[in-house]
Formats: sequence, structure tokens, C-alpha cells
Amino acid sequence: MATKKVSINVKSVKNDLYLVEVFRGLMLTLKHFMKIGAHAAYQAPLERRAGKISTNKRATIQYPEEKWVPYEKYRGLHRLNKDEQDRTKCVACEMCSTACPADCISIEAERSPWADEYPNDPKKEKHPKKYEIDILRCIFCGFCEEACPCEAIELTEIYDFSAYSRENAIYDKEKLEIVYELTKDGKYYQEGRSLDLEF
Amino acid sequence: MDIATQNLIFSVLKVALVIKVLLLGVTMVILAERRFSAFMQDRLGPNRTFYGGLGQSFADGIKLILKEDVIPTHVDKLTYMIAPIVMMTPALMTGAVIPFGPTIPIAGISLPFIGENLTPLVLQVADINVGLLYFVAIASIGVYGIVMGGWAQNNKYSLLGALRASAQMVSYELPMGLALVTVVLMSGSLSMNEIVAHQQETFWYVLNFPAFMIFLITIFAETNRLPFDLAECEQELVAGYHTEYSSMKFGMFLLAEYGNIITSSALVVTLFFGGWDIPFVDESALGLFGVILSMSVFGLKTSIFIFIFIWVRWSLPRFRYDQLMNVSWKGILPLSILTVVGTAVIMVLLKNFYH
Repeated sequence: MATKKVSINVKSVKNDLYLVEVFRGLMLTLKHFMKIGAHAAYQAPLERRAGKISTNKRATIQYPEEKWVPYEKYRGLHRLNKDEQDRTKCVACEMCSTACPADCISIEAERSPWADEYPNDPKKEKHPKKYEIDILRCIFCGFCEEACPCEAIELTEIYDFSAYSRENAIYDKEKLEIVYELTKDGKYYQEGRSLDLEF
Repeated sequence: MDIATQNLIFSVLKVALVIKVLLLGVTMVILAERRFSAFMQDRLGPNRTFYGGLGQSFADGIKLILKEDVIPTHVDKLTYMIAPIVMMTPALMTGAVIPFGPTIPIAGISLPFIGENLTPLVLQVADINVGLLYFVAIASIGVYGIVMGGWAQNNKYSLLGALRASAQMVSYELPMGLALVTVVLMSGSLSMNEIVAHQQETFWYVLNFPAFMIFLITIFAETNRLPFDLAECEQELVAGYHTEYSSMKFGMFLLAEYGNIITSSALVVTLFFGGWDIPFVDESALGLFGVILSMSVFGLKTSIFIFIFIWVRWSLPRFRYDQLMNVSWKGILPLSILTVVGTAVIMVLLKNFYH
């Protein structure tokens, strides 16, 4: 990108008088005031009554009604992916919990129920009996996602999750699979879904 | 009922009205400031409380009253307690001399409870003949609140804020006084009512534009608003003179600041925009309707100036301290002296040629 040259003429009668520049500044804020103010005062209530969410170019997002859609690589709440047969992809290798700098993932492995169907496939042999992420300790660095050899754990775009107790802030396998169901098409916020878990 | 009792009753009613309007006005101005500033910055501001955020100031007021009133151990207790009062009182007192409507000719008319009315009702709390002087005197007392508050808190930031406020007051009161002198030169009277009446007969004093601009700039400095809010200057002095105030004591500083904005706007309107005068309309011919119309027009004009206060605050950066002094002593003061001389010359010429 080429450097843009800006010449600032500091010493001039115009600048010493202040008034011209002051007037220009005032006009700029007035422009914004008119644009946003007129919309907020007149058009927005009409749209709200019609059940629409206002589409004006303002910085504020009216949170519970409209939600910010995160960018693609956003690191939010975790999910545990499933394969085509609706089985968990996780093989309980504990790579994620090893990589986790906050030490918030705890895994207990067991022989998977479908292990006998694939006697020669090591990826089907184990599955997690217990898979828990302590969200209160998680720092959302995404190392677990990077460490995972079977793309089982992933961070989703969900940012508005909270809990009323420490117990509810621990996400177990069921919760993480519910998150997967909600986010597998990547349209969690576009479709206006919400996490309906036991909080 | 004799004149004294009647005057007392009317005075009490008018005082109650002015204080109520000021205090309610303050809540609305605070809300306006928050929402308008938001619009200017492409935000929305508080819009959830009550309808469109109208209840925000009341909610804030309740919050401030219910909060714990912390008095730090190292403060000078007496001064610390008095400062918000000293700040608040002048803010409410200055409203006393501002005429907010035409005189109602109710002399000789029988009223319920009061009986036959003996004097016309002047819509102004105190029609004193040195109204202008009174305003300047009381408005400059306001700085005592800041200085006392800054001193009592016993910390350097507050003290610096107070110091700056007093220095600023000294340097801006002079040009302000000179701007008022031009008004007096034009009107020939210090009484607010006569100033309004004279503007009604001749022209709005805003035609003397330099005087108006000087007065507007100095009144910004007088109310400690941006671009002259060096007394509280968040980036340098935390919050300046009210850093260690909490709860409703802080609320009173806030009330005083916004009360000052309202009275200052009303004063600008009274001195330069004909007060309650509606241009090209004879209010006295319209009777009681004319009175209500004039009062509404006065309110409208004042609101416009309150908007200008808010608008300027959110558009302009703050002056540096030395710039502030330069602007006052090297810029505005000579200009205001020139304006006074010029106005005097023009007034003499006008008198000689048109009378």
C-alpha cells in the first residue's frame, strides 16, 4: 500500500482562528447524529413493531434480539464431532488433554461397543467413557483442536454460554454432542438457535 | 388579601416551578447527552429503561441514592460534606433571575383562594434590577464548590483539578463580563426583563455576533464543559475535583453541572435571542395563549442551546492547559475589549442618527 502524504498546514490564520476547523468538526458529528438519530427515533421503532431487526449501519448490536455472527475461525464453545454412523469420532487418545495448557479436559477411555465390527481398524477400538471439559478453566486456545488426530474435538462459534453453577459449567460428552448437533451446519447464529442445556 | 401575601404566594409557586423544571430538566439533559453522544459516535445509547430510555436518569438517580456513601478517612470532613451543597446551590439559584415568559396582566382579576389580584404576574422568580450582575455573582460562586471539593479530598489529582478550575474561572470571567457589558450597552439596563423587552422592541442582540460568540465560548468555560473541562479531565486527573466522591454526593456534582448547562442556555437565550420573544408576533395580543406560546418558545430556544452544549462537547477535543490560557488572555480578552469599544461606537452613532 502506498503511503498517503498528508500535508498539515499548522501555522495559518485559518487554523489560528479555530472557528473554521471547529465548524467542520461540528458538521461531521452532526452528520452522524442525523443518520443514526433519525433512524433510532423513527425507522427503528417501526421495524421493531414489524418484527424485523434493524439493519442500519451502527456499531451497537442489540444483543438478545440480534446477535453478532463470529468470523469463521472464531474459537468458542467446544463440540465433539460424530461420524456418518452417528458415533463419536473421538478415540480417547488423550492427545487433547495432553496438549491442553489449562488442563481442563479429563478423559476416561473404554473399549468401544463397535470395536468388534472393525477388528483391524485401530481408530474404532476405543471411545471415551467420560469426556469432560471444565469451561471455567478453558482458555479457548484451540490447542485441543490442533492436537486431535481424528478431527473429533472442535471449537465452534458459540460465544454466549454461561452457567449458574460450577457443576453446570462442566461440559460432558452429551452436552458436547448436543453442541455438535446445533453447530454442524455452521449456522448457529444465522438461524437464531440457542443452547438449551441444563444450566 | 394584601399585596405582600399575594406576592409571597406567587413567589413560592414560581420558586417551586423553577426548581422542579430545573431538576426534571437535568434528568432529561443527562439522558439527552448520553443518547445524542451515542448517535454522534454511531452507537445507540441507553434505550431500554422505560420507553426509549426515558427512565434511565431516574434509574441512575435511584442507584446513586442507594449506593454506599463512602467517606475516605484522609479527607477534610466538613469541607468534603459542604462542597456538593456549595456546588448545587448556585446552580439552582441562578435560575431565579431568568424571565421565562411575558408578564401576565392579571391585575384586577379575581382568582380562587387568592381573591382579587393586585399586581400583574411577572414570570420570573425575582425581578431584581441588577439581574445580570446577580447571575455573574452567583455563577462564579459555583467554582467554590469545585475548589472546596478538590481541596477536601486531600489528593493531588483533585487539587490540580480544583486549581485548574479556579484559574480557568478567573481567565474566562473577564471576557464574559465584557461580553455582558456589550449587552448592557445595547439595552441600557441590567434587569433581565428590560433586556428582553428591549430586544422585543428593537433587535435580538445576536446581531452583535462577536459579543454572542465570546459569551458562548466563555459560558462553555464557566460550566466546565468540553472543550474547557480541564477541571475533571479524565485522561490526566482521573476525574478531577470529584474523584473521591461517591453516591449522591457525586450525583449532586452531576446535577449541578447539568443544572448549570440549563441555566446557562437560558441565559444565552435571554441575553442574545430575545428570551421568550417570538419574532414578528405580538404576544400580548394573544392573551393567555400568547403566554403559553411564549413560554414554549423560550423552552424551545433553551433546548436548542442545550443541544449545542452537548454537540460541542462530543465534537471538540480538550484544550491543553497553556492553550486554554493563551486563548483566553491573548485571544478572547482583546477581542472582547474590541467588541465593547465597537459596540459603544455603533450605539452612539445609532443614537445620533435615529433619535
